Amino acid sequence: MSQELFVVAYEGDDDSGSLLDYAIARATKEGAALHIVHVLEWSPYSFLTPQEVEERHARRKEELARAKSAIIDPAVEKASAAGVTATGEMRYGQVVELIAEIARTKSAAMIFVGRSGSNSVAARVFGSVPLGLAQIAPVPTVIVP
Amino acid sequence: MKPIARPLALATGLLCPAAAQASVDETINSVVGAVTGPFVSFIFSPIPGTSFPWIVLWLVVAATIFTIYFGLIQFRAFPHAIALVSGKYSDPDDAGEVSHFQALATALSGTVGLGNIAGVAVAVSIGGPGATFWMILAGLLGMASKFTECTLGVKYRNEYADGTVSGGPMYYLSKGMTGGKATLGKVLAVLFSIFCVLGAFGGGNMFQANQAHAQLTNIVGDYPGWITGVIFAAIVFSVIVGGLKSIAQVTEKVVPFMGVIYVGAALIILLMNFDKIGWAFGQIFAGAFTGLGVAGGLVGALIQGFKRAAFSNEAGVGSAAIAHSAVRTKEPITEGFVSLLEPLIDTVVICTMTALVIIITGVLIQDPETGLYVWSEASGRIETLGDASGVALTSAAFGANISWFPYLLAIAVILFAFSTMISWSYYGLKAWTYLFGEGKSQELSFKIIFCLFVIIGAAMSLGPVIDFSDAAIFAMALVNIVGLYFLMPVVKAELNSYWSRLKSGEIKKFG
Repeated sequence: MSQELFVVAYEGDDDSGSLLDYAIARATKEGAALHIVHVLEWSPYSFLTPQEVEERHARRKEELARAKSAIIDPAVEKASAAGVTATGEMRYGQVVELIAEIARTKSAAMIFVGRSGSNSVAARVFGSVPLGLAQIAPVPTVIVP
Repeated sequence: MKPIARPLALATGLLCPAAAQASVDETINSVVGAVTGPFVSFIFSPIPGTSFPWIVLWLVVAATIFTIYFGLIQFRAFPHAIALVSGKYSDPDDAGEVSHFQALATALSGTVGLGNIAGVAVAVSIGGPGATFWMILAGLLGMASKFTECTLGVKYRNEYADGTVSGGPMYYLSKGMTGGKATLGKVLAVLFSIFCVLGAFGGGNMFQANQAHAQLTNIVGDYPGWITGVIFAAIVFSVIVGGLKSIAQVTEKVVPFMGVIYVGAALIILLMNFDKIGWAFGQIFAGAFTGLGVAGGLVGALIQGFKRAAFSNEAGVGSAAIAHSAVRTKEPITEGFVSLLEPLIDTVVICTMTALVIIITGVLIQDPETGLYVWSEASGRIETLGDASGVALTSAAFGANISWFPYLLAIAVILFAFSTMISWSYYGLKAWTYLFGEGKSQELSFKIIFCLFVIIGAAMSLGPVIDFSDAAIFAMALVNIVGLYFLMPVVKAELNSYWSRLKSGEIKKFG
């Protein structure tokens, strides 16, 4: 039987440590691999100034490089150090949609997401990432406090 | 560069008594009017033996030639343009790059502005309702000009090692015209850049500041223009020199909603007066071919309609090519397709809304017996309610049905003016650095002069400002279109290649 895969929706902020620790612990116990995903919020329908349009490609490269070195690489290293097979990925777009899509295309067994941010006013009005995933995730989703 | 010396005296003028302040306006007016007069006269000189300005004919002929040469591309490619903007052909792996929608919205924020509000009022009050017909026709034809220039803008842009890009007519004129035409191309590129800098100071700056001030005085009462100018200049300075991006970002985000509110309000007024819509279109068609007794008749309506359309949507002017060229796309022609939607939204939809509201609300005075519009020799236009002109006329027309709308319009005008200034400061800067080289000091000198022109624009009366605005923008078109004629086979080759790959399924749909 092939190894199970867990997708981790990883923000990389201070609160994400417990999420990653929990995902690593579960993966170790189940013998599963982790796919750690960091989504850079981006809408193709937002508005930019001419200067921002000109600089967008360069900014995107910087953002991806920073996300890789500061967020994804340390997380993958931490998981690997704990003996878990781990891969990383960065994507631009809407977090909820992308995590659900990745879980579907990679035939993941589970999604792990942090609860962080769900107390903000915006999250209460428009819905937070964990609430969004709870509604559309194609696989069981664990919300880590 | 003489005119910029005047605002420098404003620092001391701030403490002057009111009478002296009023004369600051008049002094700036007479000095700038005298300096720009010969340039304006040349650009708008009529074809010998007629009253038709040669530059208007130049634009319309070009737009017609591109329309025929590319086989009515504005209608043929319209569905594909919509599909591109809605992201159906966007590779998900390119997420995070500038989308077609964003490129279109950014370019539109530079063109949708006072031309749609104040310029249309000027056209309709001078050329009569018939000007609207020619404006719509010019908008439809202009879609082909925009398609041509924006495709070339992307194809011949400069890409730098840090990932940024610079493009626009100056680059396609100098890089696209090779072999025996290389020298001509380089001369045209330099001329374009000079005119673009002037256009940035004129239509992209002074006209905007002027009409924003007009709308403010309309709401809060009369006060010297330089006060608005100094405040505007300070805000523009903080954004383009101080790097205060938050103001620009807020403006860019609010402007599209203002545009939606503006069109929405116009639609509400049209619905409130829906029994008159048929009559209004009757006036537009009758006026287009008879002039309805307005001075200049058919030709007057046609000239005004074409002039305002060109000033509003900038098709053939080359400015949009600067905005669109910054977009990353593997296929330059896709930016051309997207850009052809601009004149449609700007002129055919938004300008027509303004014109219909002005005609329907009856702010243009008609002789009750003859039904003809009453011409005022003194002001050189149709008599209007309250003797309003420019943005004040549009404001009066909207206010006739929605009493509080002039206040919202004042906010919209200020935001439109500001976003257009930010866009044109970018276009002007690109032309400036093409002429003088990239560098911090070159950029700073342009930005400071740009801010000084904000003050001049707000302080001048409408006449000299609008004349200079028009002349500078049309002068850009003069050079740009010569280049487009030479380079249109390049666009045709791109078009044929893309179209055949699209038909064969080689170009994939993602959405």
